[in-house]
Amino acid sequence: MSHLITLQADVAKITEDAWQFVALPPSQQEVRKQAGKVVLFKLTGEQTVTPEQIAGTLIPANGKVMVPLTVFIARKTELQARLDQHEVGVWLDTHESLTDLNQAQEDLNALPIIAVHVERFADGRIFSLGTLLRSRYGFKNELRAVGDVLRDQLFFLKRSGFNSFAMRTDRSATEAIASLNDFSQPYQGAVDEARPAFRRYNR
Amino acid sequence: MYKYDEIDQSLVDERVAQYRDQTKRYLVGQLSDDEFRPLRLQNGLYIQRHAPMLRIAVPYGMLSSKQLHKLADIASKYDKAYGHFSTRQNMQLNWPLLEDVPDILAELAKVEMHAIQTSGNCIRNITTDQFAGVAPDEVVDPRAMAEVMRQWSTFHPEFALLPRKFKIAVSGTKQDRAIVQAHDIGMEFYLDAQQQLAIKVWVGGGLGRTPILGTVIREHLEWQHALTYCEAIVRVYNLHGRRDNAYKARIKILVKALGIDEFKRQVEEEWVHLKDAPNTITEAELARVAQHFEPMPYEVLAHHDASYDAAIASNPAFAAWAKRSLHAHKMPGYRAVTLSLKTHGQAPGDASSEQMHAVADLAAQYSFGELRVSHEQNLILADVKLSDTFALWEKARAQGLASPNIGLLTDIICCPGGDFCSLANAKSIPIAQAIQMQFDNLDYLHDIGELELNISGCMNACGHHHIGHIGILGIDKDGSEWYQVTLGGSQGNQASLGTVIGPSFSAEEMPHVVEKLISVYLSERNGEERFIDTVRRLGIAPFKAHVYADKNAAKAEGIA
Ligand code: HEM
Ligand code: SF4
Repeated sequence: MSHLITLQADVAKITEDAWQFVALPPSQQEVRKQAGKVVLFKLTGEQTVTPEQIAGTLIPANGKVMVPLTVFIARKTELQARLDQHEVGVWLDTHESLTDLNQAQEDLNALPIIAVHVERFADGRIFSLGTLLRSRYGFKNELRAVGDVLRDQLFFLKRSGFNSFAMRTDRSATEAIASLNDFSQPYQGAVDEARPAFRRYNR
Repeated sequence: MYKYDEIDQSLVDERVAQYRDQTKRYLVGQLSDDEFRPLRLQNGLYIQRHAPMLRIAVPYGMLSSKQLHKLADIASKYDKAYGHFSTRQNMQLNWPLLEDVPDILAELAKVEMHAIQTSGNCIRNITTDQFAGVAPDEVVDPRAMAEVMRQWSTFHPEFALLPRKFKIAVSGTKQDRAIVQAHDIGMEFYLDAQQQLAIKVWVGGGLGRTPILGTVIREHLEWQHALTYCEAIVRVYNLHGRRDNAYKARIKILVKALGIDEFKRQVEEEWVHLKDAPNTITEAELARVAQHFEPMPYEVLAHHDASYDAAIASNPAFAAWAKRSLHAHKMPGYRAVTLSLKTHGQAPGDASSEQMHAVADLAAQYSFGELRVSHEQNLILADVKLSDTFALWEKARAQGLASPNIGLLTDIICCPGGDFCSLANAKSIPIAQAIQMQFDNLDYLHDIGELELNISGCMNACGHHHIGHIGILGIDKDGSEWYQVTLGGSQGNQASLGTVIGPSFSAEEMPHVVEKLISVYLSERNGEERFIDTVRRLGIAPFKAHVYADKNAAKAEGIA
């Protein structure tokens, strides 16, 4: 059974996934730990992608594919025809940069889907990335959370602009739907409702 | 104080339901330990040495009598009939059962309380000056803004899982009493040249294992932008703060690594996009919240009260207490009163259920039914008539709440330490108790005068030892408990971090060490000079020399 929850006009449903998630091949290099240097803060402790990995990424020849940001940037020409057919989406890790994405793809809305991959559910960068994609970059299409996506973060993900959630498969996605509505009247404005309570209600 | 409307109430009610469900899923194994941890922490639940510990939020330290009665009842029903008031103005229960926590939260929700974001990697309880609204030196009552910020930070979706905890303090006085410089964000409200409410913003302060005082990131911010500006700061931190090493994850490390100029540039760049967004505070919202903090219906009183003057003249015990425990009030004939939770020989900051009920009654009778928790871990009745102080003292004394030691050496700030905390290197409460017993002579204590002594059981610095005039830190040496002493730390406008005086001491040595530090002060002080001023004037050398004199002598004789 599918573990994908999608929000359509605010109604959450379990849906079949039309997208093929394209993963990078494992790196041969050692994981870089502890970058220490300021410029590398974002990358601290995260793997950086090697040219071999990018070249070696297998992209299925048919159907809708969601490719890693680094692969998208390096192999865009190869994907261009499928991109024009709305069959290419991009996923990025929480340490990757939206500026890089935007430089490679000026019109983000040409992408039918962007996914943010969260390796550990406690990594809250995903919320800022979602917020920025919606509010700064004006991304209007499907925004998906993938990876270690758990029920108790759903409400925050929704508020940060995500409208699809690839739930971890060892948990019930059906039960998780309830958590999208844990709170009915949040205080602050966010992506899903820009007005804070004090602008929505006559308190 | 702030009263909930339906929106506030629905949030805490829904939180109870959510947490009840999370606890249930944890207990049946649908949530792993790792997955449940951030959820329970964001509800103030630690798993500690003996039992879980539950931290209950007391927003900016304000409580009503009704709430305190409820806390007392909860402590009786679910714990060992006492609670611990913390340096972040919250209350902690040391012995609740994990299974009972949802019920405790439901009880709290009935009196407009909760444990939301009292722990975990999120924006924590916003703290402020315990004399907010009544202090004569106050420029702006910070509580309305603190409440606006509390609401904004509650379940802020973007900042639900930060690299590390995030603490905000606000103050509205010339003399900072909220230690804004020791917080991730500190905000000082003031009136600018146009008499408009403005904010000076500090960033990157914090104690813990890398103590750093904050740096000013903006001298002047219009109040309307408080939330969006914080969003810019926290966003830069959320995206770029380190997540690979919990000890390097606080914003202070990021600010230091980038340098304040670069950090500020990134924040300002972010803020360009956020400024004037809907989260910008409206006049109407500030006014709505501020009406909850309007001045109390004070009586018009004279500056002096004959019965008070007579009691002072005839009763030295009352006079000694009044000298330490009554604080200036902006209204003539009123005082703010500190009730001491530092009775000698008791764990600093602990209050029994009986004491809590008693204080709640005193607040109802003498102080418009409200009270505050101070970061020095005492309780404050902010609006007491001078003519009532004697009666109040008698009742407080009967409850062991009238130690005349406020602001003195035995008004020790102390973390739970090794008796309760699983992170501890050493016990802290017994050290506090031993020092209190050593200085049990009141005249002597008053002669020593103002002195802040802080104790933490490990470098996490929950007892703020870095900013104690005398700071004591528990350390672990080959599995046994030792104590390192710092001198010259302080809070307030001239905040400073203490300097380590030398090798550490055993628990038994500690009262004696403090005694020696004091004796140097007493022989060296000029006139009315406070301990901290003497330390600043002389440096640590003479203190060090005296404290280690015996040790060195002992060593020379080959005894040690
Ligand atoms: C008994 C359970 C407790 C545990 C496990 C605990 C744990 C910690 C830890 C790990 C830190 C360091 C965080 C960091 O620097 O990143 C910390 C800081 C702090 N804790 Fe606690 N704590 C406990 C109780 C308390 C209590 C009872 C108080 C109040 C009396 C308190 C007040 C503080 C304060 C003020 C800090 C901040 C120091 C700073 O500004 O960095 N804690 N705590
Ligand atoms: S300072 Fe250390 S010992 Fe004390 S409460 Fe904090 S973590 Fe525990």
